[in-house]
Amino acid sequence: MKNTSTLGLFLAVIITLSVVSCNTSDPVFDAPVPGKMQLLFDNVAGSADLKLNASTYQNAAGESFTVTKFNYFISNLRLRKEDGSEYVVPQNSSYFLIEEEKPASQTITLNNVPAGKYTGLTFLIGVDSLRSMADVSQRTGALDPGTNNGMYWDWNSGYIFMKLEGISAVAPAAQNNTFFYHIGGFGRSTVKINNLRTVTLSFRNDVVNVQMDATPALRITTDALKIFNGPTQLSIAQHPSVMFDTFSTNVANNYVQMFSYDRVQAN
Amino acid sequence: MNTLRTISTKRIWLTVSVFLFGLAVACQSSKEPDPVVPPDPGPPGGGIEYKPTPVTLRKPANFPDVIYNISQNPLTVEGVALGKSLFYDAQLSRDSTVSCGFCHQQFAGFGHSDHALSHGIGGKFGSRNVPGLQNLAWEREFFWDGGVTSLDELPLTPIQNPVEMDLKFSEALSRVQKSPKYPAMFKSAFDSDTVTTARFLKAISQFLLTLVSADSRYDKYVRKEAGGDLTTDELAGLALFQQKCSTCHATDLFTDRSYRNNGLPVGAINDQGRYVITLNEADRLKFKVPSLRNVERTFPYMHDGRFTTLEQVVDHYRSGVKDSPTLDPALKVNGQPGIALTDIEKRQVIAFLKTLTDNTFINNRDFSAN
Repeated sequence: MKNTSTLGLFLAVIITLSVVSCNTSDPVFDAPVPGKMQLLFDNVAGSADLKLNASTYQNAAGESFTVTKFNYFISNLRLRKEDGSEYVVPQNSSYFLIEEEKPASQTITLNNVPAGKYTGLTFLIGVDSLRSMADVSQRTGALDPGTNNGMYWDWNSGYIFMKLEGISAVAPAAQNNTFFYHIGGFGRSTVKINNLRTVTLSFRNDVVNVQMDATPALRITTDALKIFNGPTQLSIAQHPSVMFDTFSTNVANNYVQMFSYDRVQAN
Repeated sequence: MNTLRTISTKRIWLTVSVFLFGLAVACQSSKEPDPVVPPDPGPPGGGIEYKPTPVTLRKPANFPDVIYNISQNPLTVEGVALGKSLFYDAQLSRDSTVSCGFCHQQFAGFGHSDHALSHGIGGKFGSRNVPGLQNLAWEREFFWDGGVTSLDELPLTPIQNPVEMDLKFSEALSRVQKSPKYPAMFKSAFDSDTVTTARFLKAISQFLLTLVSADSRYDKYVRKEAGGDLTTDELAGLALFQQKCSTCHATDLFTDRSYRNNGLPVGAINDQGRYVITLNEADRLKFKVPSLRNVERTFPYMHDGRFTTLEQVVDHYRSGVKDSPTLDPALKVNGQPGIALTDIEKRQVIAFLKTLTDNTFINNRDFSAN
């Protein structure tokens, strides 16, 4: 008898716990079921689509070039709601490497986005200092310092935030006419440069509605020409190779302007 | 009655377990997959049992606090053995000629004996002297310029450096995964035979962390252990050292882990040292203060190996220190660059430095290639 009542009590506790622990997915007790949002990064060069090893583009300095590689990190995403509040994408799901040579990498899906109406987006170009210094087991996938397609500096611990490489007749013959822009530096300890940049985009007059059964897809245009044409006019002839040096902050200040919101497409 | 109750109790417990299981499944399905930290598939490991034997990191009584976060990588017999195997494996270089142990020789305090500059694949040379490996759990940053901020990330650099081992790290992982011996070793060390960046690096860290040098005659002297007798000259050298050298070569690690310009005239390589990492003008020509443990064995000396004897090193501090905007203030007392030492004092300081040779460490079979 005593045994049975103990078990009965135990069962009651379990059932209570079950209701409490699962209530995030229980529409009766909580907010509406979360949905998803997709971000499609469309890399372009001015008015033309960006094509690796193919099309020739021209920067504001009048230099013609082709692009052989274009990669960048997007992280720490925050979605702004109509009421001004923000949804912060959880840290572990908030690092993305967009690579022009890998079309699948250009679509990122944010899961578990609270249902609601969204009007804007904020993200970091690069990888924040905390994650950059985190234990190596916390840095897998695109953040794996050993296998992330050359987006890590092993001699000066840190991620390359943006990598643009190409060929131009004005680049030095000694470099085989290639140019390199590898921009990184998260400003650890006494390091002088910090190239982390924050981008905030408004969805203009669009109100993006996330629901359980509606996954809106936002197109974001990334204009690689802005890497050259910005507050500092970047000339390939003058700067055929910019990596970890003080000039790199000028390039970061240019590319912070390369993103723009294009449109939303309902799925 | 008793039997009946037992049965009904069992049934209730069964119901509870089924319910709990269902609950676990139901709750799990609402979790979203994580794009950055994918769950480990944890493949079955060919019958190897995962029963690691813990190893305690040795913390000598005369050392300061450990910096390495050992809770993120607890040492095990299996992990250390795997790390050691990787450390001595030449497969980790492009043409399978150069292992980590090629440049880090135990008899030389895990430096490269008689090599001023690092000597890698295909007879190529780097621009700096191979640092010895010891007491790495007490290091905050690595290499002469401190560019690498975690011991776990250290092996990426030499493996991928074109003048050292020249192998893409992804290729190193793939060679290890395909090797007949390693998957089982990973299974016994990490409960998975899948070779990942983190497991590979942490295994090497585990081995490196066991390289504790703390049994020199000097250590025995300060810990008042048997065999810790110092001669009159050595004791005089110790007193001089504490007075004139220990600002930088501080604590029983014999380094304060800072970056300093010790007044070496700029060499032809024109190595700007710490500046390359921080881009701060104030860091030009600064290099990490090296430990002096086993210094008798780690010749040549300085970041570019320009000195081959301890006499030359001390002579540099006596009369070779070159003034420059970033020269360390500790080397410019009363406006005069350098450290004043008589010939007798020089001999005594060197005699003391040789008491830092740790033969137990240098001859420890646990650290040697099998």
